Amino acid sequence: MNKKKYYPLFGLMAFIILFQLFSSFSGKEFLLIQLTMCAYYSMVIIALCTLMGYAGQISLGHAAFFAIGGYTTAVLTTLNLIPDKDNFFISLFNSLGFLSLRVNPYGIEILHFSPWIALVVAVVITYVISFIIGIPILKLKGHYLAMATLGFGTIIYRVLLGGKIFGEADGISDIPEFNIFNLLKINGDNADRIENYYAAWFIVVISMLLLINLIHSRVGRALRSLHGNEHAANSIGVNPARYKLFVFTLSAVMAAVGGVFMTHFSGSIGPGEAGVLKSVRYVAIVAVGGMANIWGALIMGIILNYLSLRGYLGSYDEAIFGVILVLIMLFTPDGIFKAGNFGSIKNFIFSKIFKKA
Amino acid sequence: MSYEQLLQYVFSGITNGSIYAITGIGFNIIYNTTGIINFAQGEFLMLGGMTSITFSRYFPLPIAVALAVIVTAIVGALIDFLVIRNLKKQSILFMIIVTIGLSILLQEAALHIWDEKVRSLPFFTGDEISSINIFGAYISPQVLWVVLICSIIVAVLTVFFKYTATGRSMRACSSNVIAARLCGINSKNMITLSFTLSAAIGALAGAVVSPITQTQYDCGTSLAIKGFAVAILGGLGNSIGAVAGGIVIGLLESLSISILPLAYKDAVSISILLLILFVKPSGLFGKKEISALKDF
Repeated sequence: MNKKKYYPLFGLMAFIILFQLFSSFSGKEFLLIQLTMCAYYSMVIIALCTLMGYAGQISLGHAAFFAIGGYTTAVLTTLNLIPDKDNFFISLFNSLGFLSLRVNPYGIEILHFSPWIALVVAVVITYVISFIIGIPILKLKGHYLAMATLGFGTIIYRVLLGGKIFGEADGISDIPEFNIFNLLKINGDNADRIENYYAAWFIVVISMLLLINLIHSRVGRALRSLHGNEHAANSIGVNPARYKLFVFTLSAVMAAVGGVFMTHFSGSIGPGEAGVLKSVRYVAIVAVGGMANIWGALIMGIILNYLSLRGYLGSYDEAIFGVILVLIMLFTPDGIFKAGNFGSIKNFIFSKIFKKA
Repeated sequence: MSYEQLLQYVFSGITNGSIYAITGIGFNIIYNTTGIINFAQGEFLMLGGMTSITFSRYFPLPIAVALAVIVTAIVGALIDFLVIRNLKKQSILFMIIVTIGLSILLQEAALHIWDEKVRSLPFFTGDEISSINIFGAYISPQVLWVVLICSIIVAVLTVFFKYTATGRSMRACSSNVIAARLCGINSKNMITLSFTLSAAIGALAGAVVSPITQTQYDCGTSLAIKGFAVAILGGLGNSIGAVAGGIVIGLLESLSISILPLAYKDAVSISILLLILFVKPSGLFGKKEISALKDF
């Protein structure tokens, strides 16, 4: 069996650990916060990479799935059920352990759904939405597909922006922590940031493992054949509609899981997470990483999101993503990790050195 | 709903509809030549609006608008010269990504050249409170300007694409680039021309709608989505269809306000877009035989 495909995974884990050690020893643990956020955004990026790079289906609405996940958990864990405490369903939920009670900083008791339930509901909702929207949308191709997914993303954005329950333009804040068996708390506390950092990257590593296996499996080959030529794939027994729907729902759910944990980590969420520019940013990162290159997408996702979250890009934040998109498409449409690129750079440097020598 | 109220809704629907139609037409020109959708079309409108507002400080209005159209047309030509022409992979996926990148770039450039303030051109005739009474409902004279310019553009374009040699060569490039080249058409120049033309029309549209919708650096995206919805509804490439589609969407949108909250206005029109894409991607007026040959 070929184990080579898992080697980069060890590289990733080594990087995660080294970065943590480096930041702890140099007393810059605050750097981990942005890297934790990067991890959650990476979920969307690797999910989108599978959909776009391997199956060849563009989605300009992937931020919407991230936001659906985030908002589902935000609504469920901040909705106060105390007034309806005696309702039959609520008391049933309570006795089943679906609810949890907390006291907010103002001393008011809040009875809300537990984050576990919220996670499950978020996954189910995202799955159902992506399934329902996926059936008609994935029949479309090219710019029709791009526009339809963009339209879907815009609708979600508008609904989040206009909905009372979603906090309108302010979004939802004061979201409780996600307590995992009392071992680990997904929250924004400074004391817990190393645990949070590892938790986030654990989720990413598991997802990468799943996706690598998927890509190298029969399903993965079927997906790539769809990208190449749908009719040819169909003629050798690959059902395009089924496989496209499968990868679409899978990547939507992965994005939503990222959204759920990100929301608990940052403690708040706003409608901007579903915005068109966010979706475009994810597409840009996948394109830079080289479409059908899940590692390239992940690496560029970490670098670009990190720079952007640290604020190094300043007021040119969006502009840089635009420039990247145009330059990559112009000069190396297969991404900057294309095999030939580093070779030619190396040759270029060597030729300079030898000329001087 | 009283008769006057209904009429008022209808007029506001027509107002929005003609704005969307004039945006949708710009998509059609590039689609007619290249078969691609230019996701930066909305930014041409924004640029047209912004530059004409700046020029209107120094020049009388007609000259300012004309200068804005020229400047934006040059930007359109440059986009093709610098980017589209040099693309290594001309597949639809890459075209979509590159035009999205351009749209972000133009937006951010506008943000840095101007600022994030909302501006608008002065009304072409009268001012914001002047209105014309038609059958008991009120309508701003600027709407008549939009409708007038929209109809002139549609008429000129229809004649241009149907009866002139250049227009026909442009359409030939869309159906089959290689065949068009074999007939001696310089397809690259035709694409440059189509970008120039659609930028110019976008700028004119952006200037004429500016007093009503107002112009801001990021106003392009939402206009472009509506414009695209309208272009799809009327059948891509069909300018008269775009106008009809624009009025249909405008009317549905303004009638939806009487039922749903205003915040969902955009969601309504985009839902219509999705519905059309799912049910009849060739558009309301697309022919079955033609759409059977196309890949949606």
